[in-house]
Amino acid sequence: MTPLLEARGIVKRYGHVTALSGADFVVHPGEVVALIGDNGAGKSTLVKVLSGVIEPDEGQMLLRDEPITLDSPQHARAVGIETVFQDLALAPELGPAENAFIGREILKPGLLGKLGVLDKAKMRRQAFESFTSMGTDVKDLDAPVAALSGGQRQGVAICRSIMWANQLVFMDEPTAALGVRQTGKVLELIRRVASTGIAVVLISHNMPEVLQASDRVEVLRLGRRVAQFKSADTNVEELVGAMTGALDGAGA
Amino acid sequence: MSAIGDPAPGGPQTVSAQGGPSAPTPPPGAPARQSAFRRLLQTSPAYMSGVLLVLILIFSAIDPAFHSTSNFRNILTDASILLVMAVGMTYVMVAAGFDLSIGSVLVFSGVVGIKAMVALGTDNALTVLVGLVVSCLGGLSWGIFNGLCITKLRVPALITTLGSLGAALGIARLITHGNDVRGVPLTLIKITTGGFLGLNWIVWVAAFVTVVGGLVLHFTRFGRWTYIIGSNAEAARRAGIDVDRHLLKLYALSGLLAGLAGMLSLTRFATTTIAGHASDALQVITGVVLGGTSLFGGIGTIVGTVIGMFIPAVLQNGFIVTNVEPFWQEVAIGFILIAAVYIDQLKRRSRERA
Repeated sequence: MTPLLEARGIVKRYGHVTALSGADFVVHPGEVVALIGDNGAGKSTLVKVLSGVIEPDEGQMLLRDEPITLDSPQHARAVGIETVFQDLALAPELGPAENAFIGREILKPGLLGKLGVLDKAKMRRQAFESFTSMGTDVKDLDAPVAALSGGQRQGVAICRSIMWANQLVFMDEPTAALGVRQTGKVLELIRRVASTGIAVVLISHNMPEVLQASDRVEVLRLGRRVAQFKSADTNVEELVGAMTGALDGAGA
Repeated sequence: MSAIGDPAPGGPQTVSAQGGPSAPTPPPGAPARQSAFRRLLQTSPAYMSGVLLVLILIFSAIDPAFHSTSNFRNILTDASILLVMAVGMTYVMVAAGFDLSIGSVLVFSGVVGIKAMVALGTDNALTVLVGLVVSCLGGLSWGIFNGLCITKLRVPALITTLGSLGAALGIARLITHGNDVRGVPLTLIKITTGGFLGLNWIVWVAAFVTVVGGLVLHFTRFGRWTYIIGSNAEAARRAGIDVDRHLLKLYALSGLLAGLAGMLSLTRFATTTIAGHASDALQVITGVVLGGTSLFGGIGTIVGTVIGMFIPAVLQNGFIVTNVEPFWQEVAIGFILIAAVYIDQLKRRSRERA
């Protein structure tokens, strides 16, 4: 199968600190890939490169086998790549439907649209469809997001991203601030996103969660990919070993 | 966009798998509408309009002269000039900004407006039009200056507009050597005595600004972005909204409306009122906050602002009509403001806990 997004030999230096030293990464359509690594392994730098936030010093990226240079997050978004940030980037005073369309508001057709008049009904309808199809229990589309639970807020942020991503969604620690039950719901939601054909890259520290939610795991250490696993064939010990380098001797 | 138009393969299955509990899906919005109405009743504009109504009833009961048509006309005219500036302030505050300079900008704009009309030496509609344009441009320049300092130089809005509060008034005084300028064209003065449907033209201008301001804030993308920026500027930035550009426009708008208010003030008083606007910004901010606009941005309505601006105006007028010393108005408004913000925060805290 053609990889959806592939990165080869990505190098990123900050002064004389090398954050990524030739990192590779691959994600296929419709799969959930967990990207794991210890603090400082280069996870967030790699995600920033892949989502167009920063430009790499060296290396190549391929989108469906075509070389591509992402020069801004807007560019990444234009090719169907969205990111759910750890802080969610929601406007707490606005409702879920309004949040779903931040920066991409739909205007009314015709003259009213030229005057900048919003098509609120259409936006509500589309947001409602997205939320229900993903099983996110947002009952009130107008209540401020601040009044929602952490899990619901995460749900709104994820639903928003998949409304616009038709290829790939990066999720940075989506369950970091959640309780057990809400974590379960978010992981379910991630599986459901993947089942619609959109790939998900999950950045997480939580190994059991990684094994539960992902199809594959890619492990970063010291700025490069050191291992790839199928989630079904691996276990927490192996992942931790790869992350910390304890397996280096045995694996080689 | 395309992700919505053509559902990806597998989408429908998940929907049906999940569809069990949510199968009898009501048309979107139908259930939320009811609670939206209930929510409206809990908003600051709703209970502040209750306060306003009670005030009007009390004053009317004490003295029937209060609810005479001519008295209501007085209240409207009194509130109009501040209301024009309050519309601009609502935009700025919804975007989590602040504009302390409007009173001085009003004076500055009035001064350059009248200077332009006097220099022209004529007295016809064109003279008035030139004065209007010059006043508005004067206000607009200060607004753009504020906006540039805040967005480009990153000087906090409070400090920037505090600076222009002093500077604009200082320049106005330099131009006039500290004396009020007379010589407002007769054409302009006639406007004050005229009107439409029994209301002064000043009231109509304020009504027009308010209605357009309300429509734009609540129904357009420009308004929506104002809320988003006030609620979470970082989220706006990440979504590709040019936050600085939008803020610049909002401060420019606030300045422009202060300029227009400067012209209205000339019309009303037939002279510049250099010493009379020191507390304008504070009065406007008080009204805007009474109307439910959050000091932290993201919340606020023009309807609320109208109600918030009329509470002080009605109190002031009511105390005069009922022979209470009008200084009580300042006392009352001070405590009402504190109480209103306190109640608002109580509600917000209980919401966040829910």
